[in-house]
Amino acid sequence: MRAVAAGYEPIPLTFDEMHAQPGGVRPHWSSFLRSFEAMGAATLARRWAEVRRLMRENGVTFNVHGGPGGLERPWELDPLPLLLGESEWSSLSAGLVQRAQLLDMVLEDIYGSQDLLREGLLPPELVFAHPGFLRPCHGLPVASQSRLLLYSTDLVRTPEGQWMILRDRTQAPVGAGYALENRLVLSRLLPELFRECRSARLGPFFEGLRASLEGLAALNPHNPRIVLLTSGPESPVYFEHAYLAQYLGCALVEGDDLTVRDNAVYLKQLEGLQPVDVIWRRLDDAFCDPLELRGDSWWGVPGLVQAVRSGNVVVANSLGSGWLETPALGPFLPALCRHFLGQELEVPGVPSWWCGDPGACQHVLSHLDKLVVRTAFPQQTFLGGRRAVFGAELSRAEREDLGLRIRARPYAWVAQDQVSMSTSPVWSGQRLEPRHMVLRAFLSSREEGFEVLPGGLARVARTADSLVVTLSASGGSKDTWVISSEEPSSGSHPVVRPGAQVGLSRGGNDLPSRVADSLFWLGRYVERAEGMVRLIRGCLELLGDPEDAAAVPRLLDVMHPEEGEDWPRIRELALESKKFGLAFLLRQVHRLSTSVRDRVSVDCWRILTGLTIGPAEHERVLMDQLEELITELWAFCGMATESMSRGYGWRFLDLGRRLERAVRTVELVQGTLVESRAQEDALLEAVLRICDSGRTYRRRYPAGLQMAPVLDLILCDESNPRSIAFQLVQVEEHLSHLPDQQALRSPEQRLALALLTDLRLLDVAHLAADPGRCKLFLESCQQRLPQLGDALSRHYLVHVAPARQRPPLPLEERHE
Amino acid sequence: MKYRVRHTTHYGYQDPVSLGHNQVVGAPRPHPGQQVSEAHLEIDPIPAVIARRRDYFGNSVTFFEVHEPHTELTVTIRFLVEVRPAQEYTASPPWERVMEQLVGNRAYLAERAFCFDSPYVEAGEDLADYARACLTPGRPLVEGVLDLMDRIHREFRYDPEATDLSTGLKEVLSNRRGVCQDFAHLQIGMLRSLGLAARYVSGYLLTTPPPGQPRLVGADASHAWLSVFCPPYGWVDFDPTNNLIPCDSHITMAWGRDYDDVSPVKGVVLGGGEQKVSVAVDVLPV
Repeated sequence: MRAVAAGYEPIPLTFDEMHAQPGGVRPHWSSFLRSFEAMGAATLARRWAEVRRLMRENGVTFNVHGGPGGLERPWELDPLPLLLGESEWSSLSAGLVQRAQLLDMVLEDIYGSQDLLREGLLPPELVFAHPGFLRPCHGLPVASQSRLLLYSTDLVRTPEGQWMILRDRTQAPVGAGYALENRLVLSRLLPELFRECRSARLGPFFEGLRASLEGLAALNPHNPRIVLLTSGPESPVYFEHAYLAQYLGCALVEGDDLTVRDNAVYLKQLEGLQPVDVIWRRLDDAFCDPLELRGDSWWGVPGLVQAVRSGNVVVANSLGSGWLETPALGPFLPALCRHFLGQELEVPGVPSWWCGDPGACQHVLSHLDKLVVRTAFPQQTFLGGRRAVFGAELSRAEREDLGLRIRARPYAWVAQDQVSMSTSPVWSGQRLEPRHMVLRAFLSSREEGFEVLPGGLARVARTADSLVVTLSASGGSKDTWVISSEEPSSGSHPVVRPGAQVGLSRGGNDLPSRVADSLFWLGRYVERAEGMVRLIRGCLELLGDPEDAAAVPRLLDVMHPEEGEDWPRIRELALESKKFGLAFLLRQVHRLSTSVRDRVSVDCWRILTGLTIGPAEHERVLMDQLEELITELWAFCGMATESMSRGYGWRFLDLGRRLERAVRTVELVQGTLVESRAQEDALLEAVLRICDSGRTYRRRYPAGLQMAPVLDLILCDESNPRSIAFQLVQVEEHLSHLPDQQALRSPEQRLALALLTDLRLLDVAHLAADPGRCKLFLESCQQRLPQLGDALSRHYLVHVAPARQRPPLPLEERHE
Repeated sequence: MKYRVRHTTHYGYQDPVSLGHNQVVGAPRPHPGQQVSEAHLEIDPIPAVIARRRDYFGNSVTFFEVHEPHTELTVTIRFLVEVRPAQEYTASPPWERVMEQLVGNRAYLAERAFCFDSPYVEAGEDLADYARACLTPGRPLVEGVLDLMDRIHREFRYDPEATDLSTGLKEVLSNRRGVCQDFAHLQIGMLRSLGLAARYVSGYLLTTPPPGQPRLVGADASHAWLSVFCPPYGWVDFDPTNNLIPCDSHITMAWGRDYDDVSPVKGVVLGGGEQKVSVAVDVLPV
């Protein structure tokens, strides 16, 4: 560990953040390095292991491919921060503030008067041909002086030491949350160094951000409801969404949690609709409203644009701000800066050419092999989904093809100089090694103007010779310390509790309706899957005996009436991914468990996502899988019973299971026993086993199988946890604990009571002797149980049925 | 000519819809060629909220929310309109000059907005080539566009079975079949590929023609055609489906870059299951 910097070899002709060439270690690094070396390798290694464990436990991840099956990669952090001197930082910051102001003014103009186009300061192509210029957002009211609540920009440093802007992120910039997490981790890893270096704190920036969010709620300034809108757990940066929501003390919501009523936005909770004042959206513009923006968006809120237009809700950053992300804006910014601010642009952009200008286009076409070519409109891609390409990496034929495309639509293309990035040392475990880096800086608007996060998210390439630095492919990230000369104050705290004690809380009853809905359906699908496993297993058992096998088609018909041989039908039922198959049910369980991931324990979640059924060429193989599934499903139910707190969430999960079990049991009895005249023992036996009531029956009725006692046990016996009556008792109990109880029974309570009363008054012996009456009775159950589910849904969940878009215009209604 | 128009869009849902957010684009659009009176929009069930506005292109847009459970939704537009015959477009400038003015003259900024690709219309060399056969060098714009419309009308077949909303322009071009919407998009794409400004117009046609005149295609539904910017006249309409310059039998409801900007009724509903849509349009001379 001695003299770590001594053996450091920066890359020639590159600016190194730590090591000047010539000149050695830069002054603002020296004190840090001394202490870093003094700490000793053993201490560092021990603390580092601890910190990594902490990050794993916090679930700091970056989900590379998104989706439940995606590769979830732990967030990578280098123990060595990037250090920047305070004076350099303050002049850079001033330039960044200038840029933020400028972009904000350009945006204001484009979504308003469009004077820039009239005066020829911006070519109309950049607006009119840009798919990201959202016409429905033109003229929308803006709640504050700025349209950009949070803005980020990526910076690189040239060999001469000049910072340059690589790209801007203006709609929902990613990374501020990761920067905050990096800081929390590093201040634990290197507490002494952190204090000695007097690194500027990040907390005040986020406190300011929270204040700005509150300031946006003009209609309700005293107690605004602020929500953070995420696309959900499948987002690659869901961690950051959850983290920021928690840190800033706002509710984390998905599109389905919100609803527009009377031109205003509400949060759907079991207790009812709660008005929302400010939405900090982490979705791209186009996905925010399937009615007025992209109709195929599953994440947005229908009617949101109209609610913004009516002035009843504020969305930040303002809808349409993604337009600024076009790289074609770069060449025009110096002139725009003079126009709006009467100043020269302080931080230059990487030299770039917009091909819509004939001279620039000529330059680009003759230097294709030396430039980075980008689509001017990020919504458009080329070469199989790419938005940018190093000209040098293309074959001659590919370059010619690209040249043709550029000539055909020159205004849709931009080229940039290939930038040389600075390097920063990373800790390899033994020594320091240089890596190319990009610094993402963050700015947030305040009443007084923009404020810069002192530091930012530095990202480094994976290897010493790599120039690829992106969030998804990057080697890792670094905390960034701005070395301050002032006395620092204490570390970061979540904004909502500045030093105050956490109040005690119980119950967990603040359940969004969407989550209750997911839990309800998770319960239903888990139960349906279990019922299916039991039925298939019952069939397999019967197949063993040629006489009993006659009952198999009857059982199979209950689930999916069809012609065919027994074994192929059984296999189909187990493996078919169509709506009736077990494989389909398990997929639904996976889907739903993903959406309630933070509501069930890690163990429950692991069981649910592990449920599968694989190919089965032979009965034995299928049987083994079914046995395993039964065990796992039971493990889940047991664990849910033992580990979930008895809030509304648990009640809805259990309501789903109870209701489903009742429905399936009625279906099974109706489909098998009612038609059964000949007292088919094999069938009675199978039904008892599928209902897990065989043992109880034999203990009570050793004499043998008879219809009346079988019906009593399965339908009416309230002590049998498999009986329909038992399910209804449980349902009644749950319903009585749900919120919004009225003096009179609710429709779902009345239905449950009516069903239960009918079962209690049932003359089973009579019913067993009269198949016609039995059939009628079961039919009435079959009719009323779904009504019970619907009533429950209408009362508490109705608004959460997935929004479906009417096709923009069905065949009949297009212009013919 | 004076017309009484009624346009009804009816949605039937298999399951009840508990909440619907919808918007209707277009109301008879007042402009120099037509005068509107007695316009009504009726929605059943009665919406909880109705909000009217003008969109980016100046079209009337009505947003509404239905909160009560419903299995049917009916939107009816009724109005009385007087359409004046279009003027004669005798002397138009060479098409290249118009193209150059669009690029060079900032006074034409609003028209320039209709020169670029839009969701349903992507310009291309193949489209430009097709158009160049008619818009030969130096040819007056209106004459060239008329010729192009005539060529499209001759070479393409009206065939409602051949295309749907997802059919791309390239496919229409190679199959030579489609409906009015496809033909309008096609000719818009061709003109834009040459650097001209063209917009999509939606509206209606007279349902039953005067005695002795042929019934126009597209009369029993909402119709679409295109408009081309041509100084000194301004915007000039062309109907490639019927191969004519609309005179006094076309009623304009809305215009935009393409169908996407003016799709008449769209909505997002909760529940509903399978849905069925039917449309009825009546245009009667008064």
